Parts: sequence; C-alpha cells; structure tokens
Amino acid sequence: MPVIKDAVCTLCGCLCDDLEVTVEDNKITKVGKACKLGRAKTMGPFLHERIEKPMIRENGELKECSYDEAITKAAEILVAAKRPMSYGWCSTSCEAIEKAVLLAEETGSLIDSTANVCHGPSALAAQEKGAPTCSLGTPKNYADLIIFWGCNPVHAHPRHQTRYSTMAKGAFTPNGKKDRKMVVVDPRNTDTAKKADLLLQLKPGTDYVLIEALRAIVNGHEDVLPDEIAGMPKEKVLEFAEMCKAAKFGVLYFGMGITQTRGRYKSGDNVSSLISDLNQITKFVMIGMRGHYNVTGFGQVASWETGFPMAIDFSRGYPYYNPGETGTNDVLMRREVDAFITGAADPGAHFPQESIKHLFNIPAIQIDGYANPTTEFSDVVIPAAIAGVECDGTAYRMDCQPIRMKKLVETTFKSDEEILTDLINKVRELKGAEGAKGGV
Amino acid sequence: MAEMIIKNGVVYDPKNGIDGEKNEICIKDGKIVENVGAGAKIVDAEGCVVMAGGVDGHTHCAGKINTGRIMSPHDMRYAPIPGLSGEEPRTKLLRPQVGYNTPNTYAIGYRYSKLGYTSLAEAAITPMMARHMHEEFEEIPILDKLGLVLMGSNWQVMQYIQDKDSEKLKAYMAWLLLAARGYGVKIVNPGGGSSWTWGKNVSGLDDKVVDFDVTPADILIGLAEANESLNLPHSIHVHCNNLGVPGNLSTTLDTMKLLEKVKTKRDRQVMHVTHVQFNAYTGTSWMDFASGAQDVADYINKRDHITFDMGQLMFGPAMTMTADGPTEYRNARMFDAKWSNYDQELEDAGGVVPLSYTPQHFAHATMWSIGLELALLVKDPWKVMFTTDNPNGGAFVNYPEGQVLLMSDKKRQEIIAGFPDMTMDRITLPNIDRELGWGEIATMTRAMSAKMLGLDEKGHLGVGADADVAIYDIQPDKVDPSVEHEKVKKALSFAKYTIKGGEIVVRDGEITATPKGKVYWVNAYENGVAQAEKDRLMADLEERFKKYYSIQLANYMVEDAYLPRPVEIRPEVI
Amino acid sequence: MIETILISGRTIDQGATLEEKTSQAYFDAAAYCELNEKNLEALGLSIDQNVLVTTAHGTVVVPAKIDKRLPDDIVFIPMGPWANAVVDPDTCGCGMPGFKGVPATVEATTDPALSMKELMATYKE
Repeated sequence: MPVIKDAVCTLCGCLCDDLEVTVEDNKITKVGKACKLGRAKTMGPFLHERIEKPMIRENGELKECSYDEAITKAAEILVAAKRPMSYGWCSTSCEAIEKAVLLAEETGSLIDSTANVCHGPSALAAQEKGAPTCSLGTPKNYADLIIFWGCNPVHAHPRHQTRYSTMAKGAFTPNGKKDRKMVVVDPRNTDTAKKADLLLQLKPGTDYVLIEALRAIVNGHEDVLPDEIAGMPKEKVLEFAEMCKAAKFGVLYFGMGITQTRGRYKSGDNVSSLISDLNQITKFVMIGMRGHYNVTGFGQVASWETGFPMAIDFSRGYPYYNPGETGTNDVLMRREVDAFITGAADPGAHFPQESIKHLFNIPAIQIDGYANPTTEFSDVVIPAAIAGVECDGTAYRMDCQPIRMKKLVETTFKSDEEILTDLINKVRELKGAEGAKGGV
Repeated sequence: MAEMIIKNGVVYDPKNGIDGEKNEICIKDGKIVENVGAGAKIVDAEGCVVMAGGVDGHTHCAGKINTGRIMSPHDMRYAPIPGLSGEEPRTKLLRPQVGYNTPNTYAIGYRYSKLGYTSLAEAAITPMMARHMHEEFEEIPILDKLGLVLMGSNWQVMQYIQDKDSEKLKAYMAWLLLAARGYGVKIVNPGGGSSWTWGKNVSGLDDKVVDFDVTPADILIGLAEANESLNLPHSIHVHCNNLGVPGNLSTTLDTMKLLEKVKTKRDRQVMHVTHVQFNAYTGTSWMDFASGAQDVADYINKRDHITFDMGQLMFGPAMTMTADGPTEYRNARMFDAKWSNYDQELEDAGGVVPLSYTPQHFAHATMWSIGLELALLVKDPWKVMFTTDNPNGGAFVNYPEGQVLLMSDKKRQEIIAGFPDMTMDRITLPNIDRELGWGEIATMTRAMSAKMLGLDEKGHLGVGADADVAIYDIQPDKVDPSVEHEKVKKALSFAKYTIKGGEIVVRDGEITATPKGKVYWVNAYENGVAQAEKDRLMADLEERFKKYYSIQLANYMVEDAYLPRPVEIRPEVI
Repeated sequence: MIETILISGRTIDQGATLEEKTSQAYFDAAAYCELNEKNLEALGLSIDQNVLVTTAHGTVVVPAKIDKRLPDDIVFIPMGPWANAVVDPDTCGCGMPGFKGVPATVEATTDPALSMKELMATYKE
C-alpha cells in the first residue's frame, strides 16, 4: 500500500509535517504519527458524511441544485448587498485566501478571519508593542523554561510538547524534559497543568495584574507588590519570577487565556513588554498558540495584499481597518451587514448568540466540506474539497513558517480556490462593464 | 512581440560609455536590438533623459517586511508623498494601494515602476522562510526580482568553516541557494545571529561566536572564498558587525581590509558592503560620534575589490528591519519603541523596530550627512550604489529626494542650514560641493547595481539587454538639477515612461500595464557540485534535520509551484 | 443554585469532532458543563443529569460532568454552540467577544438539552 510520507497535518497550528498517510483505492485508511485531532481531520472525508451537492434554501429548506445555480445565486447575493461580509478562510490554503481577498475587494466587502474570535487581540498586542518571537524549532534546541499561559496544549495542540517544547530534544536540550522546567498559568488545573513543575492558578480575569507584578519584579520593584496577587500569595509570584530570571532561554506560549479574558489585547500587549524587560536579564520570547492550521496564513496573505492582518473593510475601495468597528462580531452585533459569505470556518458554532441571531436575518453563503451549525442559517451551500487532503497549497504554521500541503487523494470536489475563482468571475459578469477586469 | 523605437532621447548608458548622447533605442521581443522595422511603435522621448530601468540591489520588499506591516496599521494611511504613499482605491487596472514605509505588495510594484525602477533584490531571507518571500514576490507586479539568502550565522556553515571543509561548505551554499531559489549570499552581523539566540552578540571580527569555534572573520573569508570558487554571479553581500555603534568605523575598515586577500575570476567586486552609513561612525559614544565617511572613502578610493551602498537616511518615520537581531533590541530599548524579534532555528536572527529621524537631532543630522558624504567622497561611481536600505533609512519612494541631494549642493546646504550646532563638528558635508551628473546617477542606480549583482542583461541599454527603460521628463540641456532640484525630484518620482520588457508600464507617472515579472535564482548545485560531495552533504542534512530542525527535510526546499516565471542561472563551473 | 464564573475553551474531543458537528459524538464532546465535586453535591446532581446555566446573555441546558481539579468558583463548557448561547458578546471595542470569565449561575434542571439543530433554531427571530 502506498504510504505518503512527510504529509502535512491540517488541523491545528502545529502544522506537523511528518505524517505518514496510507492510501488504498483513493481512500485514506491509516494516518501514522498524527495525534487524535490530526487523524480525525485527515481521515475525515472517509469517516463521516460530507456535503455532497450544492444547495439553495427554498421555503426554509435546503434543496439540491447545480453548481452553476449555486454560484450564480451566491454571486447575486454579494452583488445585491450594500454591506457584505466575508468570514473565515483559516482552514484552507493561502492560494484560496488570496482569492477570498480579491472577491472581497471586488464586492466592496468586509473580510475577516477566525482570528476575530481567537488571536485577533495578539495582532493588536503586536501593533501596540511588537512581537518578540522565534521559530518553533528554536525552543526545541535552546529552551530550559517553558511557560504555557492561558493555553492547554494537551487538548488543543497535542503534539506540541513532544515536537517543539516540553519534551522535545535538541542541540542544547539533549535530555528533553529533564533539561527543562515547565510552568502553567491558568485558572484551571488542566491536563497540561497536571504535569507542570509550577502551576499559577490565578483568579479568572487577573492575567494583566499578574503580568504587571512580574514586570515589577523583573525591573527591580518587588517592594510595590501586595501580599496577594491575582488570587495567589506573593511568594508564588516571586518564585515564578525567579525561575524566569534564572532561565537561560525562556519561552512563553500563550493562548485564549490571554486573548479572550478581561484584559483582551492589553494582556498580550503587556506580555510583549514583559518579554522585552526579561531580555535585559536573559533570553526570552513569546509564541502565540494559533488554533487553526492556516489562520496564520490569512494574517500573512492579508497583510501583504491589504496592509492589515484581519478585520478589513473594502467598502471605500481601499483597505480600511479598525477592530472594534470592522471585526466580524462587531459588525454582526451592530446588525450592519446585509450578506455573509463564509468559507473554511464555522461561525455558527463559534460566534456568540447575538451574532448568530443576525446571521439568520440575512442571506448567507457557506463554502465547506461538512454540514455544521453554519449550514443551519445558510441560504447557499457549496461543497468544497478538503485542503491538504484533496488539494495542495500553502499553509503558515503558528510561528509563520510556510509549508506546502500535499494532495493525498483525488477528488471530484472543487477546491476553495476554484470555487472562489468561479465566484469572482460570476460577480464580474453580473456587474457588467463596471466590474470587468482582465485576469484574476 | 511588438517592435518599438525610442527617439529623441538623451541617453545615459554608463556601461556602454554613453553619457548624454542623442541615440535611438530599438526594442524587439522584450530586448534591446540593433534595428527595428518601419512599423515599430514610436516613443518620442522629446529630448528627455533616457536610462535603463532602475535596479535596486538592496531593499526589504518581501518577507520580513510583512512583520513590519502587521506592526504598522497607522502606516497604511500615512501619505506624505501624494501619488506614492497612503491609500489609493482599486481601479479597473490596479489593486488597492496602502502604506508608506511598509506598503502592500501591489503598491510596491506600482510605485517602484513610477520611479522608473524595473528590478529589485530582496536584501535578506533565511532559507527556511524563502517560500514566504516567493509568495510575496508573486504579488509584486511588474518588476523582476531576486532574493539574497542569509548564510552568515548558519550552524552548518559555521560548522564546515570550523572543520575547514571547504568542499562541504561549497556544496551546502549551493544547496541553500537551490533550496531557497535564491540568487546570492547575504551575511548580516556574521556570527551574531547565532549568538543572539542566547541573547548575546559578537563584538568584532575576532570575537568567537557562542557555541562555535569560529569568528566573524572566519565566516567572511570562508563564505567569500567558497562564493568565488562556485563562481556565483554576485559576490558576498555583507552587513558588517557593530552596525549603529559609535566607533564602528574600525570594524568596517577591518572587514574591507580582510577581504583584500580573496580573489575573483569575475569582473566585479569581491565583497559588497551594504548601508555603510550605519557603519561609518568614529568616536566612543553618541556624544562624541562623528562621520567616518572620509576614512571609508580614502580606503575605497585606493582599492577595487569593494562596492558598497549608501543606506541614506530620510527624515521622518522609517521602519527598521534586519537580520541584526541584537541591534534591533538595542534600538527598541533605546527609543522605547515597539520590538519584534525572530530567531530562525539554526539559520539567523531578525528584528523589526519603527524609528523616526529628525533634522533637529544632531545624531540623525550627522547620519544623514554621512550617507551623502560617502557617495560624494568616493570618486568612482561604479563603487557606489544609491540606497536608503529601504525602509531602514527611509521609504524607497524617497529615492528621488536622495538622488537630487547628490545632484544639488544648493539643496544640501539649505537643509544643513537647519541643523543643530552640535552637528557641525561631526560632518564634512558642508565643505563638499561636488554635484553628480546624470551619468553618475545612472551608474549608481542601475549600471553598477546590475554589474555588482552579475545581471548582465540589466542596467544598460546595449544590444542584448532586457528592454527595461526609464524616461524622465527632464531635458538635460535645459534644466540644471543643481538649481531646479524640485523639478528633477518630481520628474524622478513620476516617470514620463517606464518600459518593462518592451511594454510601456508607466506613462506620465501613471501605471498603464501590470505584467508579471520574473524571478532570478542561481543553481550552482546541479552541475557545480560533484556527486560525491552531494552525497556527503545529504548525509549531514539528514542528520541535522532529524536532530535539530522543526520541519522535515522533504518539506524544506522551495517547490517549483512558487516560481511561475523563473530565470535559472547556472554559473560556469571553474 | 451556585454562582460561578464560566470559562469556555478547547478540548481534544471537541477538536476531534469538528468535522462532524451534526453527530452525537460532537454533542457528547461539546454539550456539557463541568463542575467540581463540591458543586455537584451542592446542586444534588449526578453526572449526566442536566443543569441550567444562566448568564446575562442567555440560558442553556446541558448535562453536568465532573472535573475534580476545578476550583469552587469556576465551571467549564467546551467552546461551541452550547457555550456560545450564554457567553458575553461584548467585544469591548476591540473585536473579541467575552468567551471566558462570564459570571453565571448554575442550577439543576429537568429540562432537556437541545440538539445542535434545535439550539440553532432558537436564534431565528
């Protein structure tokens, strides 16, 4: 049986590229080296149902239609809209993302990625203070102190600790875990925290306070600290700070505990400042634990094409950016958009209730391989090939490392890139002379 | 393809000894030819300056710049130069444009074209990140591009130099160029990028790199000798140690002297030293620092083995981005500025920090002067490339400003008159009245950059050259750049014509066509490395990837898909 | 009834069922509320009996599960439609809703939990 080696996993931001995929009769029957998430993703098309045919909602029910009918209806929705919104584009290739951006430009849409509900605040933190970071292989070789702040890799990035962090063996860390200390900062004693050398179980929403306390200590002002910080005794915080100062190379991996909690982007902003302060004493970096395998890619493509990583508004003809105003959930909750297209993401599952209410009010287009909560409010549904399984393309790992995904099996489903290209052409046709433009 | 003839132009083609002659330029199938037929399209240059399209041999335009973009949403709206900055909505022909220091890819292509440039060299990319550079290249319209691959702090490079295994070093360097689809060898703060992973740096040419038994001097000589042994079109391209540190003049001169012993069979320099302005400081601190340009010029005037580029400062906001990680951290702390850092495992470092330069500050005023002094004190323009180390010294859309500063002593003196007193003892610029002519400007912005890079078909208008042409709306017999420098600056900002591969892409400062450019890369591996050496190298690579890298060897090398229009150059094996 | 703080977030099972959100496996992975032993006892509940979670933004009924290591004042629902029925939509002017740290009350209930499709249908106005 042919085994495709060095295949790229397309679930989480680890973007592991050492998978061994067995293909029999154009079906994936085995996935070696992947974790539970990667195996589920890679074998997905062969394990459960998928959207088989395009559909259009008539009288409340989704009815099968032809591909051309679906493309036409979708294009009509976008062209007729005054304030269309495009969302998602993180579980697909960069090549598809480029087309999504072009479609948004041509329709004067807003366009945003899943970072809106994930690491968007980290982009804002980078805009405030910068991103002092490194490639994933650097801590593997150098780091003797690993910090997981507001993230739970055992659940969300299962191979992270063996490939890149806590257990990884490298040039200056030949004994893996034995050459390191691992610290978790989390209000819950999670499955990752269970194995930590130190757990700082702070009160929910006090991350900013704890970061500030650490900065005070690192800058030689521990005298200002109260006896209790973030729900923990001062001694615990001092112990953590001493570990940081004594490290030869410290890395702070951070997740939703930093981006989604009370301080929002100000926590990430302050982490960046903390890292800068720590570098006065020793080497330290921070790395965002990006959730989806190519949400980083959206940020990269959008930045080079539009100048901004997310929450982009093309209604003026040039890109405009103002998170809080132009973020997906912002505009949905203001009920400002009158059409919605989503691809390679599931806002139905991952948006708060207020946004979903509006999504039921407006025409919505879904491009996806699988039926999900977004299908429930979609008016046009177009089935897509699974990128990295059924078509190739580029993805950017959480540390911005670009890797080319392989095509593992043949498919009759169109890729996101092809569907978007067809949509762009149909939009141009509908807009007539005004929209005509040579070459996509 | 169509035939074209450019008539009534005043041609400056330094490579072919043409310095302001009224010659016709004939174009066919994208190349300069001897003659064309009667049906050729006529482009009437109306007595204006005609040169080859500009070749920017050192610019940060693809890759690291994206970190700069992400950090700078405010830059996207900033429009200090109308028509070359800020927000422009999409048109039928053009994608939207934004930015000033860190514009989007479409703006980069359109605006360089408006300036009459037709080729770009991305100054620095690690091999592991090269795929990203190529993705951005594909989205920069019009211009031809190439990338310089960072090798000066690479573990395997340093190991082979330490082991004195020159054959393996050559094989690895050639392989890195293949893996990255890169064009040449870039060295930044040699050795320092590796030490920076521990938060340390190298202090000079003879300071050992942490964890390795090599010095920056060893790295420079090792890579230079291998570069010449591989007969690569470009020489090593070097950002010296101690950039930005008062007193670094000695490091820079020592670096240049070190390379005296390396020989090349090619008709070019043995080392190109980049943005020397940042490395030409005398003194011991910012209080007593001063221009070392005279010392640099005195040395370069006597030698032929070095070319360099200015790294000219432009006043206003700038964005520094460099593989010199420790320098960027120092900048960020010194100026309380945003700090981005990137340590690339096994390969190099990097940092991005926004800065701003003001004529009110004696240090910036001195730095501004140093760039110009270097260009004016070095006698032979074939040794000098005009750059701002875009966007480190300033955004590339300021090139016309910098170029007229070289042509007009009057303009320089006007600006110097506004400098603080503390500047005046540190600079010699007030006493330099040399003004460069069109031929010298053409040399520094296209002819010498093409030669320095080894791009035989660029930078000149002889038969066989690519039909990349710029026509600027200045009649050189009627306009004195020294006096009418504003007029010249405007003409250089918005070309009368830019022609790329025989196609008009700019007309009266507006883009008229957006063809896609080519990407040049050098394959010295295929034929240039013996099979036995390839085998030895592969064994090492497999071991290193298994032990140290976070990516599989099979997924490391840039795939064909990323270069839809490649120009593969195979150097002759010597 | 207990007063608590709700945190939503990723779990490996929720992640492994991302492509089958219409299935029972996804419901099992994403529709539950974890409490510690003390809180389950206070509510008089056994595992898999339903709780009603109420916040300022909505209500949701899900089966209860145990996480012995949770502090007394935190409950956890995996990220997904059930958690999102009750999270804070306010982005505080920066774009990110409040998925973690939402003040909530939790009480026992005999109401049934809604399936994914039933839950989505409640949003139609």
